[in-house]
Amino acid sequence: MQIYRPQFVFYVVIILLWLIGTPLHAALNIEIFGGGATQIPIAIAPFSSEEKLKQSLTTVVAADLQRSGLFKLIDSSGLRVGDLREITYTDWSSRGANVLVTGGITMLTNGQVEVQFSLIDLAKQTLLISDTEVVPAEQLRATAHRIADKIYETLTGDVGVFSTRIAYVAKNENKYALQVADADGFNAQSVIEYTEPIISPAWSPDGAQLAYVSFENKKPVIYVQTLATRARKVISNFKGSNSAPAWSPDGKKLAVVLSIKGGSQIFLINADGGALQRLGQSSGIDTEPSFSPDGRSIIFTSDRGGSPQIYRMPVTGDVSTVAERLTFEGSYNVSPQYSYDGKSFTFIHRNGENFNVAVQNLDTRQVQLLTDSRSDESPSFAPNNRIILYATRIKGKGVLASVPSSGKITAEFFLQVMGDIREPTWGPLRK
Amino acid sequence: MSKILSVVLISLLSACASKTIQPTSGTGTEGSSVATAPPAAAAKTAAINPLNDPNNILSKRSVYFNLDSFVVKDEYKSLVSSHANYLRENATAKVLLQGSADERGSREYNLALGQRRADSVKKAMTLSGTKEAQIEAVSLGEEKPRGTDHNETSWAENRRTDIRYQGE
Repeated sequence: MQIYRPQFVFYVVIILLWLIGTPLHAALNIEIFGGGATQIPIAIAPFSSEEKLKQSLTTVVAADLQRSGLFKLIDSSGLRVGDLREITYTDWSSRGANVLVTGGITMLTNGQVEVQFSLIDLAKQTLLISDTEVVPAEQLRATAHRIADKIYETLTGDVGVFSTRIAYVAKNENKYALQVADADGFNAQSVIEYTEPIISPAWSPDGAQLAYVSFENKKPVIYVQTLATRARKVISNFKGSNSAPAWSPDGKKLAVVLSIKGGSQIFLINADGGALQRLGQSSGIDTEPSFSPDGRSIIFTSDRGGSPQIYRMPVTGDVSTVAERLTFEGSYNVSPQYSYDGKSFTFIHRNGENFNVAVQNLDTRQVQLLTDSRSDESPSFAPNNRIILYATRIKGKGVLASVPSSGKITAEFFLQVMGDIREPTWGPLRK
Repeated sequence: MSKILSVVLISLLSACASKTIQPTSGTGTEGSSVATAPPAAAAKTAAINPLNDPNNILSKRSVYFNLDSFVVKDEYKSLVSSHANYLRENATAKVLLQGSADERGSREYNLALGQRRADSVKKAMTLSGTKEAQIEAVSLGEEKPRGTDHNETSWAENRRTDIRYQGE
């Protein structure tokens, strides 16, 4: 697959390398678009005959690419593309576009729609990719997400996440719904609805199940529910509170927080509910565990040092009584979630009166604040680590938002979902 | 026994909440939860239940806490010890202590803070001689606020532990 590298970005990288004194051969390992300081200027022409559809495909593709933070959308108004052979490249490049997406749809007789799209390198005047899909009309959004994934993967060399799903809790009146939706917040469906609160949904690594905490029995109890069958099972209902489920990367175990031995402490339990094993021991609160991608360690929130901070401990057969403190900035750092590459974690940092999304690199320990909103919660990485999903409050109501994880593009994007939204979590790549 | 009661309870809950969409299957419980059931003595007597008598301190059920504090304040000590005495005298009675926290910050961390408030009431009761088996300390975190405004008055109302007897 060809990786798109416009020359000016290359020069920026060269200058950066010179500034930081890195040997040139390392350039090949640097992800050119990962910095986010530069964006790929992309024009997306409305697909021919798209106006016949209830749902504009190009709007969905454009919104997907924009949320990644790696693309700059170039205005395509007034310019149309009929036949690929008739493209006037200069019309597009004079507007600043480096690449062009064009396509068309054909309504077939049986309610099916044929969707064709092409991605064109305007500088080289070459076709990068072209593809055709035939889908039922009601699945056109999924098609648009697949197109966005292909464009994203072609231009960045990274895996696309626009066809993945998210889970969150929506509160409407006095009803709580655990919902699963497309990564852009559309096609929301309730997994379970109840009159008592639900918190802390966690995707199984294969995306087939959700673990969550329900208060339907006057106390927090952990359930695991299979999405396809809706069958659910209590996996942790010990005396006291049961909360904060986190799957191990192999999907066989969950880290859970129990008060059965007093306080709030982290335990391991089999995904079917058996074989309880204590993982950590402290005199303070230990909660919000998140596994490293290799399954060998857990990061979590603890106030053992006097204020809630993020710590790391190994996952062994023994109980860990010591842990390595990871956060030192400020007096309130909570809700850590490992990135999929294990190089960093996202968390909530109290910044004065505000609660903001932050990312900390595990090697350099460098912290970046990604938001400046008032009250953010529950950050989680997209499976390609490029975007972070979280909940924030606007006019007293919880909304879903996402922000590029690089910290260099500060734009936040709000996802349209009904209700008062909390506890979002990004699902894994679809197998 | 407790499993059966749990299943009965869940059925009752399901019946009450008929407006909501119910889970389709798998409501069995396990672990060692204290099952709650309707009070067996409900039909026994018309005499005023001390737990519900407004003139009896036992009808008072909420212990409030200061900001970032888990210490049972002096003004609540007689309330807590009265319940501890009642539990000692009524060996079959059981309580659920539900701790809560205000809404600021992480839901799971607030759940742990609420647990600490429930645990400190539990400790006060067991120090008064109540058997641990009669008490279950749990947390509702910030999920069941009594004060629903976003100000200090509401937050103060939500930093508390509620005492609920089995069947209530």
